[in-house]
Amino acid sequence: MALDDQKGGFKFIGTRPNRPDGLDKVTGRARFGADAHASGMLHAAILRSPHAHARIKKIDTSRAEAAKGVKAIVTRADFTQSLQPAPGMKGENWNILENVMAGDTALYDGHAVAAVAATSALAAKDALKLIEVEYEPLPHVTDVDKAMQADAPVIREGVAAGTVPKGLHPNVAGYHESGHGDVEAGFAEADLVVEDHFVTEATHQGYIEPHACLAQLGADGKGELWCCTQGHWNVQKVCAALLDLETSQLRVTASEIGGGFGGKTAVFIEPVALALSRKANRPVKLVMSRAEVFRATGPTSSTSMDVKIGMKKDGTITAAQGVFRLQGGAFPGAPADMTAMCAFAPYALKNVHQIGYDVMTNRPKQAAYRAPGSPMAAFGVESVIDELCNQLGLDPLDTRLKNASHEGTKASYGPKFQRIGLVETLEAAKAHPHYTAPLKPGQGRGISCGFWFNHGGETAVSLALSEDGTVQLAVGTPDIGGSRASMALMAAEVLGVPYDNIRVIIADTASLGYNEISHGSRVTYASGLATIKAAEDAVKKLCARAAAKWGIPEDAVKWEDGCAVPSGPNAGEFPPMPIAEITRKMGATGGPICGHFEATPEGAGVSFATHIVDSEVDPETGKTSVVRYTVVQDAGKAIHPTYVEGQFQGGAAQGIGWALNEEYIYGEDGRLQNPLFLDYRIPVASDLPMIDTVIVEVPNPGHPYGVRGVGETSICPPLAAIANAVSAAAGVRMRQLPMSPPRILEALEKQAGDG
Amino acid sequence: MSMIHVNTKVNGDEAEFLCDPRETLLDVLRDQLNLTGSKEGCGTGDCGACSVTLDGRLVCSCLVLAVEAEGHEIGTVEGIAEGETLHPLQQKFIEYAALQCGICTPGILVAAKSLLEKNPDPTESEVRYWLAGNLCRCTGYDKIIRAVMDTAKDMREAS
Repeated sequence: MALDDQKGGFKFIGTRPNRPDGLDKVTGRARFGADAHASGMLHAAILRSPHAHARIKKIDTSRAEAAKGVKAIVTRADFTQSLQPAPGMKGENWNILENVMAGDTALYDGHAVAAVAATSALAAKDALKLIEVEYEPLPHVTDVDKAMQADAPVIREGVAAGTVPKGLHPNVAGYHESGHGDVEAGFAEADLVVEDHFVTEATHQGYIEPHACLAQLGADGKGELWCCTQGHWNVQKVCAALLDLETSQLRVTASEIGGGFGGKTAVFIEPVALALSRKANRPVKLVMSRAEVFRATGPTSSTSMDVKIGMKKDGTITAAQGVFRLQGGAFPGAPADMTAMCAFAPYALKNVHQIGYDVMTNRPKQAAYRAPGSPMAAFGVESVIDELCNQLGLDPLDTRLKNASHEGTKASYGPKFQRIGLVETLEAAKAHPHYTAPLKPGQGRGISCGFWFNHGGETAVSLALSEDGTVQLAVGTPDIGGSRASMALMAAEVLGVPYDNIRVIIADTASLGYNEISHGSRVTYASGLATIKAAEDAVKKLCARAAAKWGIPEDAVKWEDGCAVPSGPNAGEFPPMPIAEITRKMGATGGPICGHFEATPEGAGVSFATHIVDSEVDPETGKTSVVRYTVVQDAGKAIHPTYVEGQFQGGAAQGIGWALNEEYIYGEDGRLQNPLFLDYRIPVASDLPMIDTVIVEVPNPGHPYGVRGVGETSICPPLAAIANAVSAAAGVRMRQLPMSPPRILEALEKQAGDG
Repeated sequence: MSMIHVNTKVNGDEAEFLCDPRETLLDVLRDQLNLTGSKEGCGTGDCGACSVTLDGRLVCSCLVLAVEAEGHEIGTVEGIAEGETLHPLQQKFIEYAALQCGICTPGILVAAKSLLEKNPDPTESEVRYWLAGNLCRCTGYDKIIRAVMDTAKDMREAS
């Protein structure tokens, strides 16, 4: 059905029913990663490097092996020997192995070097102290700019991808360059050019559930793995590669997942637990501590960025260029390309050029964090636009509207945009009472746009009808924030059965075809599309059964409100046949009725957001409060609007933490100094205001109902919007995140000194 | 190290266990009594996912040694509903989508219930400060605060 025909015609889409797993989640019944038990289960613990960079000369496990309750110890020797390093991302499985368990060198503070399985968690931890590791400390580097300098220690030779220009430091693992037009000519046309340098610190996804798994692997090569992950097929594939298993022999079940935000797309402990289980021939449970999560799982990249934009007096942007240096830890893979590609995407530019550097340091391997790279890029770009508007006396919203990308715009990163909703979010922001509300003394207002690509990816969904006409729907994308509700709504819409009659499960790896990770804001888009198609497949079969019963052609039957009905001039007169009447007899009329769909949908529509923030800065303490916050974002079509609002609010809150307080702090010794929630302080309830939301719906032509991903775009504008608000409130441009009280005081003092 | 025998009451039922003196109340609740509703998010008392009540007082069970439970009454998320009847907070959290991933939800429910028992008519600021010890990374707290405020209103009107 064409999108226009659907408009307003939905029965279930856009309603706000209770989520199917709500009861489990409010009663403590839901089983997360650490909540599984198995008989005979051992507990495991991992020994980690206290050095930022050190050669591992010797590991002596003999005393630990002799300790009470210890059943197995593994080191790198217990994993595959068949993987080889390779330049760029070609050797990614080797990189993952190297990260999961160090080889001859510990590459960062917290890098795993050995692991123990014992009869209790305490016995395992006690045994760690008995493992003797002889280290030879090496020079280290943790700062992105320093890591690119000629005298920086080399993390690993030969990593640079083929695209990296000659002559750069070996720590530069990846390089991206794109754009169009002639930026120098564009800058020459400008009435004002602003160029500035920006810095952001690494932040952690900060999911409240530490990584946890329960593994069982026998000598027969058959395994069972339970873990909290955003993508269990990926876990299956990676673990098989790291342990020389046949992929299909390892069945992985995704537990409920206590937050991920990109950080649970990576594999850290699962291969270790499987290796221990294989060695001990017992099930092994492995749960990370919070400090391990901070030290050894993926924070996002820290950045160093240069942004230059030229503007005419009327607000037209004449040229834009950016250089984005991303610190990605001790491995290649920092999203330098995506950072560069997102940077100027909101604007229709004749002349644009962007460069990204993926730089290695002695820090944990960065992992995806909600729209990887885009929030930092937006911080630089939108700060410069704000500064241009200030200096030219222009309204920041009107200026963005004047330059906004729209359908047909050649994007800064290459392709032509299809139908997009940036202009609509800007207009909605302009119309929102927040934008014109008076500010109190000491307060400042900031706005920013944000962009994210969104993603489709490999997807398989299966739907089975029960004899009573109810529906079992199996999807393969872990439910991080209520996606079971939106899947059930989409299936209900097609099948015409009540929402409550649909049971949605997250199937294990043995039950469906490959499902890519829940990432790229792809779940409601891709699993949703597959759910719709699977339901349509079932409907087709239901109609065929009715046609056979009525003795009319299959195409003379259509599906309406949960019933087969005759359709067309020659179909004859029959009363509607409800779903349950067909399913009750399905055993005798051709067997079980199921629908399924497998594909790699590629029509994930890109999305944009505009945020408005009011902040207040205390000039005595440097403390910033966010006093009002409004998120305006294009959702394409909100399947379950309450959960869409939740994504908007959650992204904004994480952005507030990133902008104001969160940062990885490394000492001179290269050790992480704040690996606990006490010192790495994420926003708490008393830090935040209510977060207002406006859902804009500009349908994505690539989805049957118009859905665009919503999970990631919401974190793209906050860093810049807050920086612009804080800069307005403090009267000084803030160019470094987080804008913590000491940094604000320093900026204020510097300004007073300069004045 | 020899184990210690502890007698306690959990959600109204008598419970006894043997524990290592280093084990926390949270360890024992989860690993021995199979009450895995209480979660370990940090183990240092910073996230509140392990919130329980000890003789009616809100505590982080990761900061209480299991042996300290001797002779005391523990309340966990599993004890909030009365049989099949959900506590109004639980009902409202589902209705308001006051949870996304749900890992912080048990702790927040225990903490919010404890607040409403002390203060049936809290202001928004009071709710925000009371729940400041319970981290949620998904929601931005907006829907949680609204759910607690609205439950308080319903409960006041019902009493």
